[in-house]
Amino acid sequence: MKDLTGRALNMAQMRGASYADVRIVKRDVQRIAVKNGKVEGLEQDETQGFGVRVIVNGAWGFASSSRLEGKEMDRIVAQAIAIARASAMGKSRDVNIGAPISVQGSYVTPIKIDPFTVSMAQKIDLLLKADAEMRRVPGVKVARAEMAFVRENKIFASTEDSLIDQELVESGCGIVALATDLQTGEVQVRSYPNAGGRNQVTRGYEFVLEQKLAENAARVGEEAVALLKADACPSYDAATIILDSSQLALQVHESCGHPIELDRVLGSEAAYAGTSFLTPEKLGRFRYGSEVVNITADATIVGGLGTFGYDDEGVPAQKTEIVRNGIFVGYLTSRETAQELKLGQSNGTMRADGWSRTPIVRMTNVSLMPGTWAVADLIADTDDGIWMETNRSWSIDDKRLNFQFGTELAWEIKGGKKTRMLKNATYTGITPEFWNACDAVGNEASWVVWGTPNCGKGQPPQIAHTGHGTSPARFRNVRVGVVK
Amino acid sequence: MLGIDKVRELTQQILGMSHADQTEVVFTGTDSALTRFANSQIHQNVAETNTDVRIRVVYGKKIGVASSNDLEPEALKRTLDTARAIAQLQRENPDFQSLPAPQPAQTVQAFVERTANYSPEQRAQIVNVFCKKAKAKNVVAAGAFSTTAFEIAAANSLGVFAYHPGTVADLNTVMMADTGSGYAAHTSADASTINPDALADEAIDKALKSRNPQTIEPGEYTVLLEEHAVEDILNFSAFLAFSALAVQEERSFMKGKLGERVMGENVTLWDDGTASDLIALPFDFEGVPRQKVMLIEDGIARGVVYDTLTAQREGKTSTGHSLPAPNSMGPMAMHLQMAAGNTPKRELIKNVARGIWVTRFWYTRPVHPLKLLITGMTRDGTFLIENGEVTRPLKNLRFTTSYLDALNHVRAISRETKLAYNDWSNASRRMPALLIDGFRFTGVTQ
Repeated sequence: MKDLTGRALNMAQMRGASYADVRIVKRDVQRIAVKNGKVEGLEQDETQGFGVRVIVNGAWGFASSSRLEGKEMDRIVAQAIAIARASAMGKSRDVNIGAPISVQGSYVTPIKIDPFTVSMAQKIDLLLKADAEMRRVPGVKVARAEMAFVRENKIFASTEDSLIDQELVESGCGIVALATDLQTGEVQVRSYPNAGGRNQVTRGYEFVLEQKLAENAARVGEEAVALLKADACPSYDAATIILDSSQLALQVHESCGHPIELDRVLGSEAAYAGTSFLTPEKLGRFRYGSEVVNITADATIVGGLGTFGYDDEGVPAQKTEIVRNGIFVGYLTSRETAQELKLGQSNGTMRADGWSRTPIVRMTNVSLMPGTWAVADLIADTDDGIWMETNRSWSIDDKRLNFQFGTELAWEIKGGKKTRMLKNATYTGITPEFWNACDAVGNEASWVVWGTPNCGKGQPPQIAHTGHGTSPARFRNVRVGVVK
Repeated sequence: MLGIDKVRELTQQILGMSHADQTEVVFTGTDSALTRFANSQIHQNVAETNTDVRIRVVYGKKIGVASSNDLEPEALKRTLDTARAIAQLQRENPDFQSLPAPQPAQTVQAFVERTANYSPEQRAQIVNVFCKKAKAKNVVAAGAFSTTAFEIAAANSLGVFAYHPGTVADLNTVMMADTGSGYAAHTSADASTINPDALADEAIDKALKSRNPQTIEPGEYTVLLEEHAVEDILNFSAFLAFSALAVQEERSFMKGKLGERVMGENVTLWDDGTASDLIALPFDFEGVPRQKVMLIEDGIARGVVYDTLTAQREGKTSTGHSLPAPNSMGPMAMHLQMAAGNTPKRELIKNVARGIWVTRFWYTRPVHPLKLLITGMTRDGTFLIENGEVTRPLKNLRFTTSYLDALNHVRAISRETKLAYNDWSNASRRMPALLIDGFRFTGVTQ
């Protein structure tokens, strides 16, 4: 492979590139899906190819191909060069990626059990057992259980003498029970361990075993059926809510992670993903949340879905403060965007979806750091509130301000105790108002790093895998319930 | 692009190597390029050449699927071996009866050579029209312009072989003024149909008119939904309601409603993968010819779309709406159209005393699937309508409303329709603009 990367970089320089990098990526994905006692999907997909990124005449060009051979490499380099020259036709300034970065290194996800070596039969048995447990509950209409495993091998080389190889491994699994009552027009879903039936991390098969899918299946089924007859969540203009860890992870993803992407802030995503309310003049000054809100972006957390050794510009993984005691202090950057705001070196968040996409700024593990509250104390300290858990719907505007989330399940809290189950709960708010209304965050004992394996951004479309560490947290004066 | 002969040879080579009871090969090849612009200049410019071979093998009622984008003979054999190994470890699926047998398919001419040959310079020239016009009007241009050539083939050991080449040119832009923005988009199989001046002017005009937006109280309003907002209604209807699997799993409002009125009398929806005014794909990923399926006719529920498995469950035949195997999503209406009305779009608001004009929706998600209850935001041009005229720009609004309810309150439908293409799902839609009463807005953004 070194021959191929060297050939690409040499050719790019000979044809006038002031900078070039090449990534060769091979990705294997295994998916197993069981539904209502039948194995519905069993597939193994592999994809490989390379992408070449160049700067010519001060502008970017990128081209990629699935055919890993010398002549095709030459064709793609020439294509990337031609594209860059076309890009330069309307440029207003030259691309500036800052000082050279030269890194030689490697990284392998630390795992105990390689998920690709575990027999298919063993995996299917585990899923079918969980599926059967869910369907044992009268009223469960659809039971679904799934696993997904990813192995990505990638080589990065640049004209700045970087040469990096990485192997990233992911394991994910989950279950979902669906209950319907056509007479009342109700459809209710319960998932475990995360929304939509899958949590995913950069760990081995040991993660799947730890989830104890079958042991949780009956509860999941029972809750789905119970929700059909549960009271609807009332509407309040100003309620106290406690979000469970998994729902809060998505809240962090949408209302903190996306607005701190510096490419959005600087307008690169304006036409598709949108821009951000966290504009440059707010850095270091803006009160994003209350004193108890501390947020980091940390690509080094063991097991986080946004964990790696080096980003796709060859920048080492690192931890960055984003919100310190409620004040907004940091962005997610690329080499180019870091220069634009004179932030020094990139903090290493450029990632591409496979070989065929150019890197863009992506969340790593953007986490709400633990507070001081034991979860039991948090509930006991709440006289009148609503506990909401596991995401069911999510939506936020293009500047990441106005959001609305719905959860699969909610519990009314009265006098410091969970009382009745509630269905169809939603809450809505404006991002900084909401985070300023946070008055208590759960402690380290309840802190979980969740995986979001389906974050969409960019054109052409790219899916990123991100992680979010959260403990349950309490918010005051939140608008609840808009569903009739 | 390999062309029909090489693709046929490739699929036959794989079928010949397989000793399974039944084998299916789906081939896709893509040459695509995209030029992205922001801050009134090109900032991302990319190209991709890719192929994919997806192999499904069947032993009795055991099925395995594997795919690879490596077309070398040893890679194809490895992929086939993986699919075989998976199938042999598989449990029997009692619902499975057979892969589909060959059926005569309609050929649709959807490949435009000039789109396939579009160069980065040609894309840059069109993008520069947007950037220059934006600078002249003191707004900022952003957007993306993609040109794609693709070929798809489905073959199986029962004799199916279907091949289709096509092209797509897709351009969208958001023009941003200091406090407002405007959107315009164009999709066609033929890149030469793009009129960059008209599109730029449309988005700039909207951006300038949407400056200094005001807040309006949430509540129920009559809305003029432009075509790209209506596209979202079609997308969720296809995804949540018009699939046979959704009906079989009792999560679609179509369950038990065939022959009954479920929408307003003025609503007619159908799916037709052979329609030449969409991005046609005349067969599905099992090689079954796509039938034109009437879903809603004059407000009455008429049908849903099937793949082979969901059809066999009901003793029916597939309508040609399969997704690639293995498929837990079920069949999908990928070429949904809504019948046009007879009112010019600009006249739709003539009799609206007070309402809201919506350019497009953003980040829409289901809140309650059975009710088609959806939440999302308006974006890139939201205006107040008063006494039949657009009078003031509004801050973006959140809606939480039932699209099913909305399709029961369509007051008028535009004569014009637009084509839209979704680069995540590859679905294309053709839809008019709609005037709808009682659309429920639940919040405002800053």
